[in-house]
This record gives sequence, structure tokens and C-alpha cells, in this order.
Amino acid sequence: MADQALDGAAPRPLLSLRNVNMTFGGVKALKNVSFEVLPGEVHCLAGENGSGKSTLIKVITGVYKPEAGAVIDYDGQSYSHMSPVTAQASGIQVIWQDLALFPEMTVAENIAFQTVIGRWPRLVNYAEMRRVAINALQRLGVAFDVDLALHHFPIAQRQIVAIARALVGEAKLVFMDEPTASLTQSETDYLLDIVRNLSASGVAVVFVSHRLAEVLEISSRVTVLRDGALVGVYPTKGLTQSRITELMTGKTFDYSVLHRDLSTSPVMLEVKGLSRPGEFEDVSLTVRRGETLGITGLLGAGRTELALTLFGMRKPKSGSVVLDGKPVRFGSNRDAIAAGVAYLSEDRLSLGLIQPQAIADNMVIASLDKILSGGFISSDRKRSLVNRWIRDLGVRIGKQDDAISTLSGGNQQRVAIAKWLATDPKLLILDAPTVGVDVGARAGIFDIVSKLADSGLAIILISDEVPEVYFNADRVLHMAQGRIVGEFTPGATTLQAIEEAVYA
Amino acid sequence: MRRFVRSHATELALLAVIAAICVFLSFATDRFFTLGNAFDLLNTSSVNIIFAVGLLVVLIAGGIDISFAVAASVVQYLTATVLGWIGGGNWIVGFIIAGALGVALGCINAFLIHGFRIISIVATISTFNIFFGLLMFFTGGVSIYNLPDWLTTRVVLFEREMADGTWAEITLPVLIMAICVFATWALITRTTTGRQLYAFGDNPEGARRFGINIGAMQFIAFGWLGLMAGIAGLVQAHYAQEVVPNALYGRELDVLAAVVLGGARLGGGKGSVLGCILGVLLVSITQNGLNLMGVSPFAFKMIVGAIILAAITLSNTSIERLLPFLKSRRVHS
Repeated sequence: MADQALDGAAPRPLLSLRNVNMTFGGVKALKNVSFEVLPGEVHCLAGENGSGKSTLIKVITGVYKPEAGAVIDYDGQSYSHMSPVTAQASGIQVIWQDLALFPEMTVAENIAFQTVIGRWPRLVNYAEMRRVAINALQRLGVAFDVDLALHHFPIAQRQIVAIARALVGEAKLVFMDEPTASLTQSETDYLLDIVRNLSASGVAVVFVSHRLAEVLEISSRVTVLRDGALVGVYPTKGLTQSRITELMTGKTFDYSVLHRDLSTSPVMLEVKGLSRPGEFEDVSLTVRRGETLGITGLLGAGRTELALTLFGMRKPKSGSVVLDGKPVRFGSNRDAIAAGVAYLSEDRLSLGLIQPQAIADNMVIASLDKILSGGFISSDRKRSLVNRWIRDLGVRIGKQDDAISTLSGGNQQRVAIAKWLATDPKLLILDAPTVGVDVGARAGIFDIVSKLADSGLAIILISDEVPEVYFNADRVLHMAQGRIVGEFTPGATTLQAIEEAVYA
Repeated sequence: MRRFVRSHATELALLAVIAAICVFLSFATDRFFTLGNAFDLLNTSSVNIIFAVGLLVVLIAGGIDISFAVAASVVQYLTATVLGWIGGGNWIVGFIIAGALGVALGCINAFLIHGFRIISIVATISTFNIFFGLLMFFTGGVSIYNLPDWLTTRVVLFEREMADGTWAEITLPVLIMAICVFATWALITRTTTGRQLYAFGDNPEGARRFGINIGAMQFIAFGWLGLMAGIAGLVQAHYAQEVVPNALYGRELDVLAAVVLGGARLGGGKGSVLGCILGVLLVSITQNGLNLMGVSPFAFKMIVGAIILAAITLSNTSIERLLPFLKSRRVHS
């Protein structure tokens, strides 16, 4: 797959890699990959988890040394491998997924931290730092209070601080690894504007994202990797989300809306006039057995607050909740769990799973009473319960006793779902279940959701990605500023109509 | 102004608590609000403040140290012994010996933590026991009273006779404390090394990716605390006019509590010299006040503990809840 000439004569690439091979413990992570970035372009690197994206980025930034034979041409120089020092010195910057910022330090220090790095101690020049920081932020077209500690800022603005820091390092090529994974739609739009400014000022950006809509919106070209090998380089114009998905997974996915007739199915959850002033007002909704109700809306719409209230973690000011025919009023989430409500947290990494603990232990944590034998945990019962869920949900694991952090995002999410299914819920609330999960694995998770609904569970699916609720829910509620402002039936509405309503 | 309040919330809360206690004590006792008592407070707090600013550096760098107080005892004992061998010496020689020994003991901690990847609390609990055990074993618990004259002579830097005929004095430990405070402040806020220490404590992985030398950070932090502990040990020997092997045993927790009270975070990246001094002062003012009020010394620890708890609750968790105007308004988009 040769590079596609954009208008007329192709400009000389800023970065060009050929014959890159990497092997980790007998597994080929990169197979003869080539990759190319033009000066000032926004180039997306697409691929599922484990396709080699991160490995490729680490080769370019000098973290890994590729096998002999690799050629790295960058900015007029040829290298057989990079080192972190040369990469940084020659203007290759990475904005890491976990940001690598210093929350307790001021914005100015975070951006201009480079000025305090050096072999020998010197006096700190705070005036210079402020100047450098303000300058970098100006180039991005934003103005922050640079003297305030970073932890006062929301995550989207911290991303921008990270980008500004990269600019201070005289970046020519910036890698952004999943920069929008924890952002809402409006924050994402803001960030994408910044990326455009960056590109307009001549900096090339390599953008890695699981959200294909963004990939299509921001990039001029897309390089697709699958299983460590190059699939191809494509101009973004003419690509669609489903085409990229096909290229990434090598499979075709059938995107179609649900058509389940649930009119005779009994109501599992009925909420009337539920309010928590300042969070949500007068919310009424019903979910039937076997139904998936989608809730979408922007940041601050009150979706998560509503979910936490249904899960008993917050107390409603007024309104009523009837679950399976019985009025309920939860004092805590323990009551909710006992009554058959399960809630899959939006923040799986920090709240939903206990990362260093074993897969098996994570799965049974919400249902310990089911595996007791004479007051103690029975390891036989635990093992059989865990085996059942691993089989039913198709979790790919090594051993039950491996730490959860060894699993990919999609498999972690399956474990999190299994954890709640083990409590035998009647109502399952999924809050942003696919954040940080790649396309192929998303399809797997929604297969599970669909099967669970068919088995009679009532499901509430919360997501700020409209297509996700559109294709996976029987009905979609639109929440804005704490109220339910619209209801759609995917079979009777177009995706576009809902997106226009939500993002208007 | 609002930004100042937000970024100095702990220090301001502490100042408010200290002011409240001072007002109360001024009315409750007739001795508290006098120059003599204020100077006394400074003289007696000096050693703890020197320890505290040293410990602050370690906390900022994300570590913790339990061993520094007994390390100071070891330093005291060794310095007194060495001074005996070389036949006297003077303040400069004393500081060089005590400082060097302190740095060496601090570097043992840094070596264990960095070289063997032992978490700092475990490493320093071990060295706490080792240092103290060795000291008691080799000294047999015997104190040294025979110190050089220069070390035991009180040095008064400023004095004034009060109306009631008593003398209000500022003594040498206050000057040494002031120098240590200034040096620590300069290190952590004015030098690139200090900012690297903050960054390392705040986000070790981020600091590593920036190319900060992690090992150097550990040695600088624990070495600095060792230096301060060595100096504090010598000053304490001067103040007490004797070297008692277990005199400083248990001091580490008092100092640690005061430093954390001053806003330093266990876990790193946060803390200021001002907060640290206020933390120590709050504890010593309380003790001083209780003393003047004639409260039984047996009740001290309990009351000090309660005050630390109250002040930490006030300053760390709910300043924004108590003063709602500081809260940035919630964004609804």
C-alpha cells in the first residue's frame, strides 16, 4: 500500500518507517510494518487493542528498539532505532493516555516543566515559565489561569495543558493516544478544535482513538493495523465508520436496530416524578422485562446521577420507584443490590474493578454470600461460579487467579458485567460500558447485553455516543439539564434525527 | 485574592485555628500573652521545626521516614564521642560532623528504598529499629554529660528585661532553625531540584518520563532530612546540655503529625514550609497553653491529638464547604 498522493506532488514525509518488526516472548507484535506521516497532517492510527498501535508508537518514540533491518527516516535523518532522548530532542512528543502531568503544580509549571529539567540544579525562573506557558496556550488559542494548580481543572483542560507542554518541547510530531477516552462530546469538540489549530501551525499529529466518528472528523489519512501487520493507508475522504471497522477487525458487522415486540412484557421498573434538585427533575420512565432502554445526553445532563439514585447511592427528594411490582425506597446500594438492581460504573478502571486483584475475586465480589459454605468462602463454589460466567460471557483469560489488570479493556468489561450478573439482578444499569473498549470488543459486549435482555433482564444503557444507544436499545430517552426531553424509537427514527436533537 | 485563598487554604485555616487558640489563651492565662513566653515557644520549638522542614522534603518527594528522630540520637551520640576524641572542636566542626553523619544515615534509607525497591515506611521502620537497637546496645543506655563547653554554653542572641524582672531571650537554636527553614524553602521552591522533588512526589511515572533521575531524588530527599536531623540532634544536645540515648525516641510521630497538619500530603507532591512551621507551632502553642493553665501533663497527648484531628478535618476536607463562595460553580453544558 503506497502512500496516496494528496493534491499533485506529494510533500516529503516528516516521518517514514519501513521494515519494522518487533517480537515479545515469541509473539510477533509488529510484522514488517511501514508508516508515514506528512508535515502538519492529522493522521489517524486505527486498530483494535493488541493490533500493534502502542508498540508502533513506542518504537517511534524510542521506548522499544525494533529488530534489525528497520529504517526510520525522520526530518531528513535516518535511524535504525530511536532513543527517548533523541526522539524528544528532535521534536517527537507523546501525549500519554494517562497524561503524565503533575496535578499539584501550577499550569505554568506543568507546561514549562522542561525548563526545570537539567543536570545541575539552578534557580527556578518563574517569570520565564509563565511566559513560556502563556505563549504555548496562546498558540493553541486558549487562555487559562496559569498560576492555579492543575487539579482545579477538568480533564479536558488538562489534556490541553499536556498539548501545550508538547508545544514547548518544539514539537514537530505529536502522538495523542486516546485523548478523548474520558471526555464528553462537547469537551471532545473543543479538543478537536485544538488539534486543528495545532495542525494548522505546522505540527503533525498522529491521533489514536477508538471513537471512529472522531477519526473521520479530524484526520486526513488513516493507517489501519490488524494483528501487528499493516492493512493499509487510506485517505479519510470516502471512508465510513463501518468500513474502518471492517478494515480493523477483518469482519463485517451488521448494524441494524432492534425490533423486539415487548408490548406484552410485564413492566420491571417504573419511575414516576423522580427528582433531586440540581441534578435531575421530574424523571418518569418505565423499563419492561427483556427491554433495553437507552439514555443519552450531554455532560451534566444528570444521567449518571439518575443511575446512582436508582442504585440507592443517592436519595431522591421526591418521586417513586416501583421495581417488579413492589414500591422500593433504598437506604443504600446494599438495599438496591438485594432488591435486584446492578449498576456497572462509568469509571470501570478506578471504581468498577479492583485492578490488582485476581479475575476470580473481582467476579465474586458483589455476590460473596452465594459462595459461602459454613460462613467461609468456599473456593470450589467460587471456582464453579467463575467458570460459568467466563464461559457464558466469553471472557478470554489466562488463569482465574491472574490480576484483572492483565486483561484488555473489553475483557475487563465482561468481568465487570459478570460481577453484577452473579448477583442475579432484575435490572442492570450499564453506564458508558464501552469507554476505552475497542470496536470488535464493543460488538461482543452488546451481544451479551442483547442475550441478557432476551433472558428477561431489564436493562438501562447510558451512553453519550448516540449510535451506541441507537443500535442497541429498544427505546432511547434524551436527557438534557436534568430532564427527559425526548423519547425515540430507533426503528421509527433515523440516527441523524436523534444526534441533531442531542448535539443541538 | 480568591486564588490565594484556594491555593493556601491549609495555611490560612491553620492560622485561623492558631489565632483562635492564642486569643483564648491570652484571656485564660496571664502568662501566655507575653514576649517572654513567645520567645520561649520559639526556643523550645526550634528542634522540632528543623526536623519538620527536613521531613517535609521527604513527604513532598512521596516518601515517609520514621527513623529520623532516632537517627538524630545516633548522630548526637557519635558526634559527642568524636568531639571527645578530637578534644573539643567548635560549632563549625560540630555541624560538619553531625551534618555528615546525618546525611550518611539518610542515604542508608535512600539506598534501601531505591536500591531494593522497599517502600519507604517499611524501610524506615526497619532502620528505626536498627538505629535505635544499635545505639542502646553499644551505649548500654548510658548518657553523656561531659560535653565540650562551647556546646553547653547558652548563646543569647537577643534579650530584653521585662517589667516583672524576668528576661525574654532568643537563643542560638532559633537562629539555626531560621537558617534551616530558609535553606529548605529555597531548596524546594527556588531551585530546579526542588521542583523536580515536587514533580516526583506528585506523579512518579510522569517524572520518570520527563527524564528526572529518580534515584537522585530519593538520595536528595532523604539526604536532606538526614542533614536536618543531624543538625537538630546537635541543637537538641546543646539545648538539653546532655546526650541521652532515648531522648528523641518517639519524637518522629509528633513531628510527622505536625507536618501533615501543616498540609503536607502523605503520598507526595504537596506541602509548604510555612504550613509545616504553623503545624509545629500549633502543637507547641497548645502544649504551652495547657501547661500555663495548669492542666495535668497526662492529659496533654490526648488534647493535642484531638486538636490535630480537628485541625486536619478543618483544613484538608471542608474548607470549600465551609466557605462556599470559593467553590467554582458547577458547569452545566
